Amino acid sequence: MSDTVAPAIRAEAIESLLIEKGLITAEAVDEVIERYNERVGPLNGARVVARAWRDPTFRRALLADATAAVAPFEFEGGQTEKLVVVENTAKVHNVVVCTLCSCYPWAMLGLPPRWYKDPAYRSRIVREPRRVLEEFGVKLPADIEVRVWDSSAEVRYLVLPERPAGTDHASEDELAASVTRDAMIGVERLL
Amino acid sequence: MTTTYTLDGVAAPPMVNGELVFDAPWQGRIFGMARGLAEQGIYQWGDFRARLIEQIAVFDRNHQSEAVVMSGASTPQYRYYDHFLRALETLLAERGLIAAGELTDRIGKFVERPHGHDHHHDHDHDHDHDHADDHDHHID
Repeated sequence: MSDTVAPAIRAEAIESLLIEKGLITAEAVDEVIERYNERVGPLNGARVVARAWRDPTFRRALLADATAAVAPFEFEGGQTEKLVVVENTAKVHNVVVCTLCSCYPWAMLGLPPRWYKDPAYRSRIVREPRRVLEEFGVKLPADIEVRVWDSSAEVRYLVLPERPAGTDHASEDELAASVTRDAMIGVERLL
Repeated sequence: MTTTYTLDGVAAPPMVNGELVFDAPWQGRIFGMARGLAEQGIYQWGDFRARLIEQIAVFDRNHQSEAVVMSGASTPQYRYYDHFLRALETLLAERGLIAAGELTDRIGKFVERPHGHDHHHDHDHDHDHDHADDHDHHID
């Protein structure tokens, strides 16, 4: 019977029991929600991308060991899993998925969008990446290789998009503002 | 290199570059609990993730969906945070932190509450019921 109860009530019941048992406080739950709603989000990743575009030394370090390269940013919550940054080029387009659930570089991008968690995306992006990318509006020339990266508990991937043309004089902040979440997942091109 | 990087140079909040994270308040609460408990060391996040994968795998086996729609709409019946909720319930029961019966009892009490009770507006907005929360606050 209780299986059919609205999830809102189930969630409220769990919270009330956790609080009574001293396992968590309502304020601690509030804090986590606020953090992920307001402070941890795609602009963290966008700043990393913008810096990589402007600073070749940083770009090399990022591609070699992203976990270490982003540590100085001191993003809230930190990058607790190993972060791997994969670079789009004129010959390679990268796209990220978590086939099993919803693993995602939270510290860089916040929480994943709805479609990222969806069974259709999780299965089809592996099977027919070009077609799925077309549905996202990304039409790739046949000579571009598509690489699909499956996230796991241990490794989270972030796509370093190609720098858009005509941005040679843009500041880091201006560049960061042009980087979208979807481009860092690999379902959008910024060109 | 003379560029000075400021870590908080981008003033806009993260949401400007994203979308609303939760569809309903309860989804935020359950996420906050699952994550908060892990952050406090009650369990490892990987242990929660393993339960979530199990929940989702059951759904995937039962719904070999070929839904073509990508952006926006989700696979019919797939509600990620429902699985998230079940994963947390499972883990808490396994660890002896909240027994299944204990949870069922509490849910039963909450279901029987009269309207107008004092809660923090956590209902499921997907739920199609006609339930105005602010009506008739009698002071008993």
